[in-house]
Amino acid sequence: MKDLWKLYRVFFSIGICTFGGGYAMLSLLQRVIVEKYHWASEEELMDYYAIGQCTPGIIALNTSTFIGYKYKKLPGAIVATLGFLSPSLIIIVLIAAFLQNYASFPLVKHAFAGVRICVCALILDAVLKLGKKSITDKIGIAIFLIIGALAVFTNVSTIALVVVSGIAGYVIYYVRGRKQA
Amino acid sequence: MILLQLMFEFCKTGLFAVGGGLATLPFLYEMAEKTGWFTNQDILNLIAISESTPGAIGINMSTYVGFLTSGVPGAICATLALAAPSVVIIVLIAKCMEQFKNSPIVSAIFHGLRPASTGLIVAAGLSVAQMAFLKSDAGTNILSAINLPAIGLAVVLFVLLRKFKLHPIAYIGAAAVIGCIFQL
Repeated sequence: MKDLWKLYRVFFSIGICTFGGGYAMLSLLQRVIVEKYHWASEEELMDYYAIGQCTPGIIALNTSTFIGYKYKKLPGAIVATLGFLSPSLIIIVLIAAFLQNYASFPLVKHAFAGVRICVCALILDAVLKLGKKSITDKIGIAIFLIIGALAVFTNVSTIALVVVSGIAGYVIYYVRGRKQA
Repeated sequence: MILLQLMFEFCKTGLFAVGGGLATLPFLYEMAEKTGWFTNQDILNLIAISESTPGAIGINMSTYVGFLTSGVPGAICATLALAAPSVVIIVLIAKCMEQFKNSPIVSAIFHGLRPASTGLIVAAGLSVAQMAFLKSDAGTNILSAINLPAIGLAVVLFVLLRKFKLHPIAYIGAAAVIGCIFQL
């Protein structure tokens, strides 16, 4: 029970700090979940993120559910998810009730122009850490570059990209590995 | 009754919107047209609010729409209904992953997925960078469209981020204050 309460609190605070539509969350998860509490490894985080991309639902929620499940099974999954969405629920209800024109305040606009810049720095930091663990050989570099370029320059769906790279992993690392053995 | 309908609509959205928060948008437009609970103008306002509050965009959107439709109970029902399908699906997948943890096939698949996942994050980062570093009103000249102070701030933040292991919210807060002071 105490562990579940802690899980709720940690995900509540991650929910509060997730500015910039979920992308800043990665850097938070690395620092809080991986480095501080050791509830998941960097590799697991990446696996959760990849699966979250091609299953229904919000990626940030899917990742919370995964980490919660890994830590405390089904109760953990539910508690982590509730923890992550609680702050949004509170903040958005307050804004919808009292501050409908919140987004057009000049102060809010300027502050979030600053936040967006910080989110870019956070994403770069997260990617450099992830890249060290995820891109371990020449094939990895090739997959990274090809998928990255397709995602930036074409409209190919993310699901297709994830599925194709999973199949590529199977063929390159499993089928070929067995032939060589 | 309207709460049940609200839950049904958002459950559907949670089940079929694949690929993150913005994937919920088409569902919201359809919902607005079908039910008349809110207008297209509400959706635009809601996108602006979601981008300037913490939390994932999809969650914020369902809370907002739920509240517009039937107050606090609506907000809670819509948000929980959005989350429910993905909790079920992810728990099932997590169970399967536990079972096949030591399978060489699964580990080969993830070996391929990880660099791809990193590539996708870079792509997502570039779309945020485009918003942060390019001025939207700067015509065709690419050089004049680059927001130099923003890039300078990003470089400083990044160096601090690598050097000191503070909680990310410290940097986010500092960036927000700088944004207000210098009218970014």
